[in-house]
Amino acid sequence: MLAESIVIIGVNHKTAPVAVREKLAFSGDCAGPLLTLMNIEGCQECCFLSTCNRVEVIFVASDPAAAAVAVRGFLFAKSGLADAEAQQYSYLYQGREAVDHLYHVATSLDSMVVGEPQILGQLKQAYREALEQKTTGVILNRLLHKSFSVAKRVRTETNIGGSAVSISYAAVQLAKKILGNLQDKSVLLVGAGEMAELAAEHLVRQGIGRVIVANRTLERAALLARRFNGTAVGLAELTTQLAEVDILVSSTGATDLILTKDQVKPLMRQRKNRPLFLIDIAVPRDLDPELNELDNVYLYDIDDLKNVVDVNKVEREKEALRAEGIVAEEVAKFWQWLEGMELSPTITAIRQKADAIREAEVAKTLSNLKSLSESERRSVEMLANAIVNKLLHEPMVFLKNGGPGDNSRTKLALVRQLFGLDKEY
Amino acid sequence: MTLLFQLTFSLYLFATVVYVVHFLSQKKQVRAVARAIILTGGLLHTVYFVVRYVAAGHTPLTSNHEAVSFFAWSMTWAFLSFWWRYRVKNFGVFVAPLISLLMLIAAFSSQEMVPLPPALRSNWLPAHASIAIMANGFMALAFCGGVMYLLLEHEIKKKKFGIFYSRLPSLEALDNLNQHCLALGFLLMTMGIITGSVWAKQAWGTYWQWDPKETWSLVTWLIYAAILHQRLTMGWRRRRAAIMAIVGFGAVLFTLWGVTYLLGGVHSYVG
Repeated sequence: MLAESIVIIGVNHKTAPVAVREKLAFSGDCAGPLLTLMNIEGCQECCFLSTCNRVEVIFVASDPAAAAVAVRGFLFAKSGLADAEAQQYSYLYQGREAVDHLYHVATSLDSMVVGEPQILGQLKQAYREALEQKTTGVILNRLLHKSFSVAKRVRTETNIGGSAVSISYAAVQLAKKILGNLQDKSVLLVGAGEMAELAAEHLVRQGIGRVIVANRTLERAALLARRFNGTAVGLAELTTQLAEVDILVSSTGATDLILTKDQVKPLMRQRKNRPLFLIDIAVPRDLDPELNELDNVYLYDIDDLKNVVDVNKVEREKEALRAEGIVAEEVAKFWQWLEGMELSPTITAIRQKADAIREAEVAKTLSNLKSLSESERRSVEMLANAIVNKLLHEPMVFLKNGGPGDNSRTKLALVRQLFGLDKEY
Repeated sequence: MTLLFQLTFSLYLFATVVYVVHFLSQKKQVRAVARAIILTGGLLHTVYFVVRYVAAGHTPLTSNHEAVSFFAWSMTWAFLSFWWRYRVKNFGVFVAPLISLLMLIAAFSSQEMVPLPPALRSNWLPAHASIAIMANGFMALAFCGGVMYLLLEHEIKKKKFGIFYSRLPSLEALDNLNQHCLALGFLLMTMGIITGSVWAKQAWGTYWQWDPKETWSLVTWLIYAAILHQRLTMGWRRRRAAIMAIVGFGAVLFTLWGVTYLLGGVHSYVG
């Protein structure tokens, strides 16, 4: 069945530690991965999304099970992990679940910080590249377009975006409260998550003087540093850099603390007590909570920032729930469309539509021609019937004669559009 | 003349009230009113000194009333002088009450004018006394800045944003204020001690006689010297600088009153 041929395979911050995610290492444009994916047998459409926190392949395949193994193999090609392990670190969603997942991603309900706006832009960019490579078709075009509009709907109808934007806004406000003018200050980004990027973007917009990016893999650090006109350093240089910078934004996926009180204490003397604003947006934490006890050191983790932004946690959860409701509603709509995208439902739908029009028009005409005899009335009905059947004959033949595969789907979509079967296209 | 003083005093009190209203409401129009009132107060205060100077026939800085009143005057004008280049958000609500408090103390001290003993009649009197007290004015502003710093820092450290977070300027701005006031205050204080010493030579024949007031002035001066030295070399900035500005101001107050009432000496005002 067509609906079950939509599949998403991916890795994100929930399923795989950063050490694994880094090994997948896709950087630069998606053209290469897209072409490789399209060469997988049975893969009809695909889209490739790679961000700091996730790598996902969204594809439509005639034999989903076989294609899934090949796609996973492609994803983990550089990691050296066996398929069994790869399965453990990745997720696979099919059919309705896949639609549901993609909507969660687009609306940022699946993000590390719910409501962060970055991901939608990244998804749009991924789609744009897929369009350029012509790797999407009827199904993914509609699915991705829908996911964008769902994201937009969630953003306008709920206040979900409020908290993420205001979190980085609050962080910047705090930085200004502590450090005053940001122009002659510098920020060190440790790790390169979506929230770190967002915070950095805000800081840059507020005129921060210098951006330094430290990451385990220098390549990734360089990539992010280039975006902000900054410099990239290795993670080993953390403490050296810390003696210089004014703000540190930490978002590594490390399981242990990367910075303790004892490491920073001697640095403060070296810094001549210049204040240090530490922002820990990693889960689990990167920075020792005791750091806040040091004089002139101010440590805020993501929960602190959230609490500062709005004390009302219940409110935030309510917004997320409302967003979930919208997503569920939209998944159902898409599903309805997808189920209609088969031959027989389409034929039935055309028939029904034509019959409805015929009946309505005949009734209208006959009510104006009351003087007609019974046999004359029957003639009128037969006339209408014949016109409808003759008109529909060619389209039906056109529909039924298609071979299997993408071509027939395009045809279906075309005919459905022609007859206006899906109201909101 | 008493009326003039009382009018000035009530203007300062009124400014304090309006500043508090502005602090709570954060309405710009209210702040403009507060500024106008305190400026009027400062001008009237100046008139009061001129009138008193004419009536006394010498610089009116010889009684406790006059000294404290002049202290308040210095603070007012030091505060007003910031308008030119150096604005500090919501500074007024901290400064105005302190000015009013000083005026209250002045109001309760004897306002009688006493003739100056011949030994003290010198041009060094206005120079020494006014410079020394103006130094106190700046130290008082540093004190206000220190208090503001600690209040704001407390909210940031505890991560509970209350009334001060949105209203006070950045910690950086408050730290700069601290440095600015201490540097100016210290310069004036040094000049005050030098002029005093020259005057002492003229009046008593010796530059320094370890009179309690002198001793305590020196102690205060040393405290501020240490603060500035540490600030420049060891990075005693920010929190520690704020605390030290408060401690230093304690020493200033002790030198001003503690010495006079507890220890006596030649500086004990004639009255």
